[in-house]
Amino acid sequence: MSQATAAIQTDTHAEHHEELNFLHKYILPVDHKVIAMQYIFTGLIMAIIGGYFAYAFRMQLAFPGELVPFYGLVGPGEYNMLVTNHGTIMIFWVAMPVLIAGFGNFLIPLMIGCDDMVFPRLNRLSYQIFLVSALVLIASFFVTGGGFGGAWTAYPPLSSVAEYSLTDWGASLWILAVALEFVSFLLGGINFVTTAMNARAPGMKMWDIPIAVWFIVIAVILFMASVGPLIAGSVMLFMDQRIGTSFFLPSGGGDPLLWQHLFWFFGHPEVYVVLLPTLGIVADIITVFSRKKLFGYKTVIYTAFATGGLSFVVWAHHQFIAGIDPRMANVFVVTTVLISIPLAEMMFSYIATLYGGSIELKTPMLWALSFIAAFLIGGVTGIYLGASAVDVYLHDSYFVLAHFHYTFFPITIIGMFAALTFWFPKMFGRMMNETLGKIHFWGTFIPFNCIFLPLFFLGLAGQHRRIYNYNHFPDLATQELQNIRIFATVSLVVMLCFQLVFVYNFFVSMFKGEKAPENPWNANTLEWSIPSPPPHGNFKTLPTVYRGPYEYSVPGREMDYWPQHVPPEES
Amino acid sequence: MKPSSSQSVLFATSEVSLPSQPRSAKAPVSNGVVGMLIFMVTEAMFFAALISAYMVIRAGLEEWPPWGQPRLPVETTAFNTLVLLVSGLLMGYSRTLLKKNKIAEGRRWLGISILLGTFFLISQGYEWVQLLQFGLTVSSSVYGGLFYLIIGAHGFHVMGTLVALSYAWNRLGASENQITPEGLFPAQLLWYFVVCVWPILYVLVYLT
Repeated sequence: MSQATAAIQTDTHAEHHEELNFLHKYILPVDHKVIAMQYIFTGLIMAIIGGYFAYAFRMQLAFPGELVPFYGLVGPGEYNMLVTNHGTIMIFWVAMPVLIAGFGNFLIPLMIGCDDMVFPRLNRLSYQIFLVSALVLIASFFVTGGGFGGAWTAYPPLSSVAEYSLTDWGASLWILAVALEFVSFLLGGINFVTTAMNARAPGMKMWDIPIAVWFIVIAVILFMASVGPLIAGSVMLFMDQRIGTSFFLPSGGGDPLLWQHLFWFFGHPEVYVVLLPTLGIVADIITVFSRKKLFGYKTVIYTAFATGGLSFVVWAHHQFIAGIDPRMANVFVVTTVLISIPLAEMMFSYIATLYGGSIELKTPMLWALSFIAAFLIGGVTGIYLGASAVDVYLHDSYFVLAHFHYTFFPITIIGMFAALTFWFPKMFGRMMNETLGKIHFWGTFIPFNCIFLPLFFLGLAGQHRRIYNYNHFPDLATQELQNIRIFATVSLVVMLCFQLVFVYNFFVSMFKGEKAPENPWNANTLEWSIPSPPPHGNFKTLPTVYRGPYEYSVPGREMDYWPQHVPPEES
Repeated sequence: MKPSSSQSVLFATSEVSLPSQPRSAKAPVSNGVVGMLIFMVTEAMFFAALISAYMVIRAGLEEWPPWGQPRLPVETTAFNTLVLLVSGLLMGYSRTLLKKNKIAEGRRWLGISILLGTFFLISQGYEWVQLLQFGLTVSSSVYGGLFYLIIGAHGFHVMGTLVALSYAWNRLGASENQITPEGLFPAQLLWYFVVCVWPILYVLVYLT
């Protein structure tokens, strides 16, 4: 494919490709693909830690007070620390680095046809700060008193007073790690938006950009616009903890609700920050594997803008029982329920894309379809929680927990596997094993539902989220409810075991897999027009873009795909 | 790993760019400026959060400033505000000169602007020392905490921007590896931001 354009221009590229030594290639890279790998691998390692924490506290819930194999005894303080850091890690150190920083770094330059990010050193600095933040977080588990245990939302005064949280330095290192991580993504985000705006290949107009890139950029803009208040809040919380201010302490004239507003003003857009990249990745995958044009390309992008805009005015639905004015709560009920309209529209566009397509159920497609199915359950249950009257009953119950795991698990884990299996050939130059991929898919998706569907019922039965041993609550300690807990925990263990299949498949395929061609999936976007894996500098010559990214099964063409860089035939 | 030629280290453009072709069909705004504008959105939200925090906490207290806390020096700071605003104007003047390629003259006014900014910073620091002696500390009251938080956050931005501008000033006069006026522009933009935020903070914290 690429030879057509390559022939037109002379190769001016060779002189810029002196071999880099190991240090500059892998430890201090400026190449966006290597930085992407660093982010993805760091994120995967953090995912292992987060999964291990989930295993430990689920075992405690199913078999309270017993020794957990491979962990030990989970005490109440330790339980809080495990839950808190499971949430923090999965959102800030898995979803963000893998989906946004990792795949953003890998995909943006390749999909818009340029050689690298526009600020490669800023990019490198961004990863280095991210790595430091991860190390600070891990260090916080080992200081006296253990890791922070005040939930990932860190509500003061529990989080700001060491006598309450009993984790003096754990809490401070936690907030420091979170703040450092934001600085890292701030730098990365500046880079992403600037690259997508200024460095597109000739001919690539706004409406020729693949949805994955569009959505990562919109997500980054949301992040940039919402993170300021949380950075301010983190600084204030850190000052409360360490130098004796009282911004969030009522006794000193402060306001604990203020933190909740600052946190959730970021926290709710953050949900869409991690959601949008996955939605974009899924859009790209379902068009490739249903061999159809994306239904309503522009509509899908407009709905993303609408979602992003609305996400800034829904934050107080996390605080319905925190003592905010009920009249204000009503306003937030309306905006919260409104936001389901653009998202539903987007989902219908995806389903309409599938309708009548020649669907190929390859592993990435399975992941993409399961994302749509699972995310719909998460979205629909969210409507109940958005209504303040219902939320008064359901707040802080396992219903909330099941709801957001039905959104975050598809976003983070399913989205990550969809992207990894889809772009694996481009990343490592080899194909993944399909059979093992499918075993892993079913071994993850079925247990996932077995973990979280029962939790909805536990929540409706009144089970509160933050209790480490239900034996102390006679109403919740019945055998019936305990059986559900055991079922969920066993499902989790089964799911974790199936991840070994993925690890095996990943590493064996990376070194021994079948060699991948340039374009194994017959896809249109620019990253498939270059060798797998792409060389340093990506494109031999800058490609010219002639059409949108989703021209599949165009009538009158012999091939059912029409890559963006292939010139139109002479008529 | 060649050093970048025309811009500061972090804002260096790609090392593997293709010389035969422009990186993009059209880039109406340079990379540095786009990056800085996005950064300024975040900064604006950061200060908006501080301002709203101030107003929320203040609305919850009956007495403001709390009993026994020193009053802030309104007049000295008014003069300081003036100095900072003049510095911002001079920054704009140096930018027009630099755009006309009068490098030496533009560099001189840039230097004067930086000096005025430094005066502002030192004067603020002196004010802090006095306030500390009068008993206004971060932990003396939430009033003191907010004062040092907001004015300190602004002070950090002044300091950081001045460091960047001084570095650029130095590079502008260097015999080789000179920075271009366009390469300098993002740092100047940040200075405009820092100057424009200050009057809002002054009115909020000192006057009302």
